[in-house]
Amino acid sequence: MQAMLERNVVLLAIATVITISIGALVQLVPLYTMETTIEKVDGMRPYSPLELAGRNIYIREGCYLCHSQMIRPFRDEVERYGHYSLAAESMYDHPFQWGSKRTGPDLARVGKKYSNSWHVAHLTNPRSVVPESIMPGYPFLAKHPLAASKIAGDLRTLRVVGVPYTDDQIENAQADLQAQANPEMGDADAMMARYPKAGVGDYDGNPAMISEMDALVAYLQMMGTLVDTQSYQTSPDGR
Amino acid sequence: MSSASLANTASSTMPEFYDDLIKKFVIAAAFWGLAGFLAGDVIAWQLAFPVLNLDLEWTTFGRLRPLHTSAVIFAFGGNILLGSSFYVVQRTCRASLFGGNGLGNFIFWGYQLFIVLAATGYLLGITQGKEYAEPEWYVDLWLTIVWVAYLVAYGGTIIRRNEPHIYVANWFYLAFILTIAVLHLGNNASVPALLFGGEMTKSYIVWAGVQDAMTQWWYGHNAVGFFLTAGFLGMMYYFVPKQAERPVYSYRLSVVHFWGLTFLYIWAGPHHLHYTALPDWLQTLGMTFSIMLWMPSWGGMINGVMTLSGAWHKLRTDPVLRFMVASVGFYGMSTFEGPLMSIKAVNSLSHYTDWTIGHVHAGALGWNALISFGVLYFLVPKLWNRERLYSLRLVNTHFWISTIGIVLYISSMWVSGIMQGLMWRTYDSLGFLQYSFIETVEAMHPYYIIRATGGLLFVLGAVLMIYNLWRTARGDVRNEAPIGLDTQAAPAAE
Repeated sequence: MQAMLERNVVLLAIATVITISIGALVQLVPLYTMETTIEKVDGMRPYSPLELAGRNIYIREGCYLCHSQMIRPFRDEVERYGHYSLAAESMYDHPFQWGSKRTGPDLARVGKKYSNSWHVAHLTNPRSVVPESIMPGYPFLAKHPLAASKIAGDLRTLRVVGVPYTDDQIENAQADLQAQANPEMGDADAMMARYPKAGVGDYDGNPAMISEMDALVAYLQMMGTLVDTQSYQTSPDGR
Repeated sequence: MSSASLANTASSTMPEFYDDLIKKFVIAAAFWGLAGFLAGDVIAWQLAFPVLNLDLEWTTFGRLRPLHTSAVIFAFGGNILLGSSFYVVQRTCRASLFGGNGLGNFIFWGYQLFIVLAATGYLLGITQGKEYAEPEWYVDLWLTIVWVAYLVAYGGTIIRRNEPHIYVANWFYLAFILTIAVLHLGNNASVPALLFGGEMTKSYIVWAGVQDAMTQWWYGHNAVGFFLTAGFLGMMYYFVPKQAERPVYSYRLSVVHFWGLTFLYIWAGPHHLHYTALPDWLQTLGMTFSIMLWMPSWGGMINGVMTLSGAWHKLRTDPVLRFMVASVGFYGMSTFEGPLMSIKAVNSLSHYTDWTIGHVHAGALGWNALISFGVLYFLVPKLWNRERLYSLRLVNTHFWISTIGIVLYISSMWVSGIMQGLMWRTYDSLGFLQYSFIETVEAMHPYYIIRATGGLLFVLGAVLMIYNLWRTARGDVRNEAPIGLDTQAAPAAE
């Protein structure tokens, strides 16, 4: 066998690809086909346009390199961060942002734990509110207007990869984004109807402009707030 | 392959080799290596002194960290892999490169363009947000084209070989090329937003949440397994025997090593997701295969180290061989530590901490970089037709300065990682959490300084190497006493 393979590079290549495929197929295929992979929970919805724009800033700045979004089921983590994370809570995340390192704390349930103005101060200069922090400052976020004129295109793309955005949501993407960041600029109630539990407000304290800070804080404030973990029941097999 | 034919690669029956192409890869590897190490040390200092982030969008840790990882893995590691594979495949097949300079130059410049596109994107905030797979869709597409060209050149050279057997180094290089292609395509499947009225530089990955997590770490762990392990083992199987002037210790062990490694590695990804929302059956499966992976890893290490049988005395006089053997030693150390950390109970402590960072650098600095340095020291005199390196004493200095740097790095990360993991789970006598998160951050400060100092030593070592290689290429020879023959150096080398 080996004598044949090491005399024929095509056979060697085919044998190698088969060898690496076995483990990959066994691990990946059932994950997409088994219904138990993702729990059935109430409350999950796609991101609102402003939250999505904020999430894209979170990705752009590489926040995932220091912050996880995955609380493990340990006593200390649950007490520090809240209920352990469920697979369903990241079912609309393209890509996932679970992270692999906690240079800073987990953010899976950071939503509504701090005020908007705390987040703005912290992002602008972390050491103004946490003197020992080693996080970089992001003062430019409040100065940059949010470039989101094409946000409907983002929603359409996400629908192609499986996020259930409705035609109504895509049509109103731009209006919803403005209404969430500044209720006076649009119909906040209609936005709330399309995105239940969404927060509304002038997040960065500057009503004159919708900034990148508005979007990022809107995203941070909704993190982990959609699913009511109090009512979540584990299934008989413990998951 | 016997030692006789190994020693005879320059005989008159050899076809013409495209060595000017390999020179370019060598220069690029040295350049990107220094850039990548520097970027790493800068972000290490940023963690100790956050003011170094400068409050500018292009210089924060979050944007520089992908720059560092991509520069060292794909730019430094990639160039040394591509260059060394072309060197090895031509010689072990006694054939000139398929596609010649035309295809070779396309691969070289195409790969450098990939690096520049990726790196400038990171600084501007263009990223997919997946670790070690940050480049956006158009950069991924470009890399796919270059990679297919690489496979054609490499496989084509093997097909036109004048040796009946394919040498073991080429099995590993081939597995590296094929598997990276599969991983790259699977993990980067994305839809550009441009197609549906979104931004040009933005795409959305087709996988979501838990499935994306598994796909990502299937990719991420096997980028380690096939880019940083299989490819570099190809280097080990050619350059260690050449430098030691000994045949590979065991052919049979090579066969077991190759098939064991390729089969088992691919299963180990889930150990990056222990205790997460990933289903338990996958976590257990990943842990089991990660522990099994210890066996082929150490089989390979033994094969590399025992190649020195009968040539151990050369370590006393040959600092280039010392680099290679130390690298294989670090390979053995980090492939022991990896399975250990993949055990769920250990991982519950180590995950999310600096222990992981230390482990990665034991492999990356100790194994990948040290063997790359050895290969660069081997290649430059050969490619530039010089009798020997400019200075072996400088090689020796480089060896010790970088080894001390690595030891400072990994030991400080062991201490800080285990300490932080323990502090997170410490309770006081009343049953409350003892430490707030920020107290655990504060406790890291001295270790971050030690780590950054170790990194600085490593950068200095690379500067010494580049100086030495540059003088070698110029044809200079330093007037110095030989190593290992004076009474002072001999005990130090043992």
